[in-house]
Amino acid sequence: MGMTLTEKILARACGREQVRAGEIIRAAVDLVFASDVTMPLAAIELERMQVERLFDPERVAIICDHFTPNATVEGAQRVKQLRDFARRYGVHHFYEPGCGGNFGVEHTLLPEEGLVRPGMVIVGGDSHTTSYGALGAFASGFGSTDIAAAMALGELWLRVPATMRFVFSGALPRWVGGKDLILHTIGRIGVAGALYRAMEFDGPAIAALSVEQRLTMCNMAVEAGAKNGLMPVDEETCRYLAAHGVGEAPSLSSDPDANFYSVTEIDVSDLEPQVACPFSPDNVQPVSALRDTRLDAVFIGSCTNGRIEDLRVAASILGGRRIYPGVRLLVIPATQRVYQQALREGLLMAFVQAGAAVGAPTCGPCFGGHTGLLAAGERALSTSNRNFVGRMGHPQSQVYLASAAVAAASAVLGRIAHPEEVMG
Amino acid sequence: MIVQGRAWRLGDNVDTDQLLPGRYLSLTEPAELARHCLEDVRPDFCVGVKAGDLLVAGENLGCGSSREHAPLALKTLGISCLVAASFARIFFRNSINLGLPALTCPEAVAGIADGDLLRIDLESGEIENLTHPARFQAPPLPDFLTEIIRAGGMTAYVRGALARRQADHRLGR
Repeated sequence: MGMTLTEKILARACGREQVRAGEIIRAAVDLVFASDVTMPLAAIELERMQVERLFDPERVAIICDHFTPNATVEGAQRVKQLRDFARRYGVHHFYEPGCGGNFGVEHTLLPEEGLVRPGMVIVGGDSHTTSYGALGAFASGFGSTDIAAAMALGELWLRVPATMRFVFSGALPRWVGGKDLILHTIGRIGVAGALYRAMEFDGPAIAALSVEQRLTMCNMAVEAGAKNGLMPVDEETCRYLAAHGVGEAPSLSSDPDANFYSVTEIDVSDLEPQVACPFSPDNVQPVSALRDTRLDAVFIGSCTNGRIEDLRVAASILGGRRIYPGVRLLVIPATQRVYQQALREGLLMAFVQAGAAVGAPTCGPCFGGHTGLLAAGERALSTSNRNFVGRMGHPQSQVYLASAAVAAASAVLGRIAHPEEVMG
Repeated sequence: MIVQGRAWRLGDNVDTDQLLPGRYLSLTEPAELARHCLEDVRPDFCVGVKAGDLLVAGENLGCGSSREHAPLALKTLGISCLVAASFARIFFRNSINLGLPALTCPEAVAGIADGDLLRIDLESGEIENLTHPARFQAPPLPDFLTEIIRAGGMTAYVRGALARRQADHRLGR
């Protein structure tokens, strides 16, 4: 019997011909990283572990993206500690805002920097590490002590997950993309629907998606409880990798006779843009059911939808229009590279002229850390990935999740809106 | 090892944003973090919790973010054991790594009310409700996790593994 893509990657990582779902293995790690939220605790554990050298500093990355540009005094202290840590342990893949190089939200940054390759085992101190499955890597989120262990030993214990396969067929309607497919899927299976399992996305509708939209989908696999999200490596993947300095990429996919936990076929032909309502990413409705929902704020950004394609579609809707009176729009390009590209293309000017505030790359608003937070009773639509109680500010505020296209249209009309209501 | 305390009963899908809101994530001092545990959804928790108490929740406890700050805050407040119908995977690993026992037992969760006095045998997985007398059996933790717990948590486990590697290196293995 064949293996799933997840099983193939993990078999190589533990030096075996074959592994099966349910087995416990020690997997060699190809890349391990953490942020200014998770790395400080990992650094404390590394100290306690009496680690003098990291297993391979070139395979370690530290990204200061959550409370940056330094938004609080405590945050500034953490970043300073991490800067010292990186120097002491020789971690060259260290990113912080405004130091000359690229910086920004980790899950957008690392693929841009060419650090993600198909077949890798990637261990990240952030739950949205699942993103990199879009490039054919096994990538999963861990807490700080596991991150410290992986940085020390270069390996981590894992249970090989069973794979839930989702096959998307049909042609995507206009204004429907990766964000809608993943919200729809989470709405169907629930926030614990893929607990401890791999979610593999495949089929003609996936093949038609850009890598950026695939990253959006795998990003949110964790919102269904999944250990990892994954997609086969195809020509589109290789094009993306080549554009980001990664040469040779092996073609990777599950074997046809692999053992899947489940296979679900989803026809996207009639799918509307999807919106997740408070207070759970699985509380999903088609946009047309929510047209009376008035908004106080709209946020376009985050590791889910802060890439150049998101900004392009948002600018195509906002360009030449104005934000609805009384609604505030915050746009944050996910990385400096995205920011520069958006500048060159005139997208940031379109946002500013529409009345939006444009910010420097950060995770701030998405996790309620800082910047663009919500007051009691306020209602926002966000392109990010979570809408838990208090996620973006006050516990009595509300967050709806949707694509950048729906966000831009909603900013124009001051209520949750289908992009075609603005664009015809 | 036996633990005994009052149950704090929570519902399904209690996420890590509820356990430790994002705005406090630049704190690293366990005592400071602990002050904000569940503050938005269960404000009486931080002030009322006593060492030895237990957290009992429904499905998917600890879903969402990978923040270890959440189980660290619970452990700092003296929570002796987590019992849930199911756990989100990162939260489960984080708890075990910190030496905070986490037992999966839907039957027990269904039979425990807020404030019930519980006694749990962490080795065997037996859960006893002393307020509304009943006994439940959680599956004991797998061997590889017991190994980590026996070592005193993940940090001690890694310290041992590194020492073994260095010894092997010295012996030219």
